[in-house]
Amino acid sequence: MADLTTDFLGITSPNPFWLASAPPTDKEYNVRRAFEAGWGGVVWKTLGAEGPPVVNVNGPRYGAIYGADRRLLGLNNIELITDRPLEVNLEEMARVKSDYPDRALIASIMVPCEEGAWKEILPRVAETGADGIELNFGCPHGMSERGMGSAVGQVPEYIEMVTRWCKTYYDKPVIVKLTPNITDIRKPAAAAKNGGADAVSLINTINSITSVNLDTMSPEPSIDGKGSHGGYCGPAVKPIAMSMVSEIARNPETHGLPISGIGGITTWRDAAEFISLGCGNVQVCTAAMTYGFKIVEEMATGLSKWMDEKGYTNVRDFVGQAVPNVTDWQYLNLNYIAKAKIDQDQCIKCGRCYAACEDTSHQAISMSADRVFEVIDEECVACNLCVDVCPVEGCITMEQMQPGTVDPRTGKRVEEEYANWTMHPNNPMANAAE
Amino acid sequence: MAHGQTAPGILAGRLSSEEIETNFSDLHPPYAPHEAAVAADRCYFCHDAPCVTACPTDIDIPLFIRQIQAGNPEGAAETILSQNILGGMCARVCPTETLCEEVCVREVAEGKPVEIGRLQRFATDVLMEAGTHPFVRAAETGKRIAVVGAGPAGLACAHRLAMLGHQVTIYDANPKPGGLNEYGIAAYKATNDFAQAEVDWLLKIGGISVECDVALGDGGLTLEGLRGEFDAVFLAIGLAGVNALRAQGEDKPGVHHAVDFIADVRQADDLLKHPVGRHVVVIGGGMTAIDAAVKSKLLGAEHVTVAYRRGASAMGASKFEQDLATSKGVKLMFNVQPKQVHGEDVATEIELEYTATVDGALQGTGETVRLPADQVLKAIGQRLEGVPDALHLNGNKIAVIGAGRTSVEGVWAGGDCAAGGEDLTVTAVAEGRDAAMDIDATLRA
Repeated sequence: MADLTTDFLGITSPNPFWLASAPPTDKEYNVRRAFEAGWGGVVWKTLGAEGPPVVNVNGPRYGAIYGADRRLLGLNNIELITDRPLEVNLEEMARVKSDYPDRALIASIMVPCEEGAWKEILPRVAETGADGIELNFGCPHGMSERGMGSAVGQVPEYIEMVTRWCKTYYDKPVIVKLTPNITDIRKPAAAAKNGGADAVSLINTINSITSVNLDTMSPEPSIDGKGSHGGYCGPAVKPIAMSMVSEIARNPETHGLPISGIGGITTWRDAAEFISLGCGNVQVCTAAMTYGFKIVEEMATGLSKWMDEKGYTNVRDFVGQAVPNVTDWQYLNLNYIAKAKIDQDQCIKCGRCYAACEDTSHQAISMSADRVFEVIDEECVACNLCVDVCPVEGCITMEQMQPGTVDPRTGKRVEEEYANWTMHPNNPMANAAE
Repeated sequence: MAHGQTAPGILAGRLSSEEIETNFSDLHPPYAPHEAAVAADRCYFCHDAPCVTACPTDIDIPLFIRQIQAGNPEGAAETILSQNILGGMCARVCPTETLCEEVCVREVAEGKPVEIGRLQRFATDVLMEAGTHPFVRAAETGKRIAVVGAGPAGLACAHRLAMLGHQVTIYDANPKPGGLNEYGIAAYKATNDFAQAEVDWLLKIGGISVECDVALGDGGLTLEGLRGEFDAVFLAIGLAGVNALRAQGEDKPGVHHAVDFIADVRQADDLLKHPVGRHVVVIGGGMTAIDAAVKSKLLGAEHVTVAYRRGASAMGASKFEQDLATSKGVKLMFNVQPKQVHGEDVATEIELEYTATVDGALQGTGETVRLPADQVLKAIGQRLEGVPDALHLNGNKIAVIGAGRTSVEGVWAGGDCAAGGEDLTVTAVAEGRDAAMDIDATLRA
């Protein structure tokens, strides 16, 4: 059994699965259940400043989109930070940390963008014995209207400034949680690093309306006939999150900055993918909210088994292993030529590949009267759409053409040498000197 | 009243009312909306889908399933009914296992097809429960058409003609319209008097009048008369005759035609009072044989045997129907033919002779077996009866060319009475619909 013990910023946890700052980590009762279930750590639900706590709406806070059989694919929420008094949260955190010294406990914090506010709260958080803090610069709803959350995360200068205050007034690790509601994720990540952050975590949730009630014409979730954009999360956001993680991991300015990956992680495989893209650990929320805390058992056993198969003995063995393979489009090998191939033994003759290719792509699949579907190599550009729409996994594959053979589509010989757009004669920017 | 299953003779009240109610409940309970959505999601929306090709009425199956999936069951029903106005009944009685579902790519790939029949039922049920009729009549053409026979072919033809603006009069020999949907379909496939509800719904199109208890050849109803009175005639008279066993003792009390038995059960007000034998032997190998056998069992017969003269693979009833029968406790006996019905005053035993195929011909081997039989049900086929002399026949059915044109000008025929096509409800609907289109084109020419 591979050892799942993870060291992230010097904080050890028995596995890389932390619960993200969110409703599941709002209070002692939930967090104790999470630790009993086997979670490696929690980021406690975001704390606000001393004083009367925020209030939440009293109608629905969540909206969802579903796949078949109501499988939850995406969730959004309009819940704010903790609506319980700061004192109560701090007391509970101290108790839990003392009872579970081997688990990671991180305090998420969101207070106004004033040095005094941070200076005031940080020592009190430190007293709890929490292993670190996470700065909530991500929540896109409600708090952002008050100049906090994603309103800070969208201004790199603010990120840098607040991070610096935290590093000044707090001596344990500082993680900066980033909002995806921004054009270029590399900028806030660099700002966090410049401010002295020990790590970034991402993504927070995405601005979203999950549906519109066509009878009342109200967005969902609907509060008395009105809706407000919520933060989108769950399996649907994973591809967006992974792209953003990879951008930070491969940006020279932030390369090597520890990342805690968040965004739709539901299974061990999702976690392994995030880690391969440079994350030192992962945070989970929606999957737990959908299925309960027990899912961590699947995640831990699945990851461990896969690591055994691959010969990895520690999570750090494969952190960032996929990062070197994330590149810009312009560097992709244009001499790599593939053709779709349909395995007739596996084909169930639904014709989806044909419809997709004929109607929307390159007319590269033929259909016979007796429903035999075959690829026309002369037309196939290897776009992969047929693979994506085929209901039988492995039935259609992309086969690389060997160097020296002739691509029947272009009539040109397949070259062995790597060649990309920067070298291509059609590129007016190509270096003529080469 | 409680005779139990082992009392000899043909008796009512073999089962409790609870048992009868359970036995005659819906064979395939309808989907709940969520179940339907999940079942619909299994459809791959195949290109040029094989299921459509396999459907005698060419229903756009992938489209209607997608409409269900997208929360539009009424639209799905309209897609179905525009091709097959009896889509509700067909959803219940079609042998989907040998039609659309047999060729579903998921049947081929996984042995588990998309449940097209049940999805069709879901959609049509939603629409019929709403009570709406989505079709409207075109402007009156002033043309009048007679339809003889209110079974699936006649109803489908009448509805399409009415929709096209013609006035239709349907004549039927039975007290109620519906044909085999009303008198022939197994009770457990069309519960809650669905056949009549469907006819009532169909007639909402308007422009159709129905006259029951009138058969061709009596009461002054003749083909010549109809030709004189109407602009066109559509014959959908079914197969009114039943074949004889040609076995000794066939006339003994206790020997019945399976079609009559099935019709009686369908029309019974109280199944508790419907008699059935202790030992029932059904002769035949088609759907009628299976339906009669299953019904006997469900009514409380202790032993029910279907005796068929050929092997299982030659049976007209599908594998699904055979399995249904055996799952209810019916015994299927192959390669035996009836030789004699024994009994002093009433049938008590049947003697069957084993058969073998020699040089391509089926013949008795001489070896016989006797089974207890206080009720024998003959299900060895129906035949055309009462067909007007003027019509040419093809084999023993009315000869037709194209969309049901008979040898007599202005007369079309479809359904079981016409040559060609399988004797299925869905085929009859297709023939009625297509004849209507041809009649319309002819009358407008």
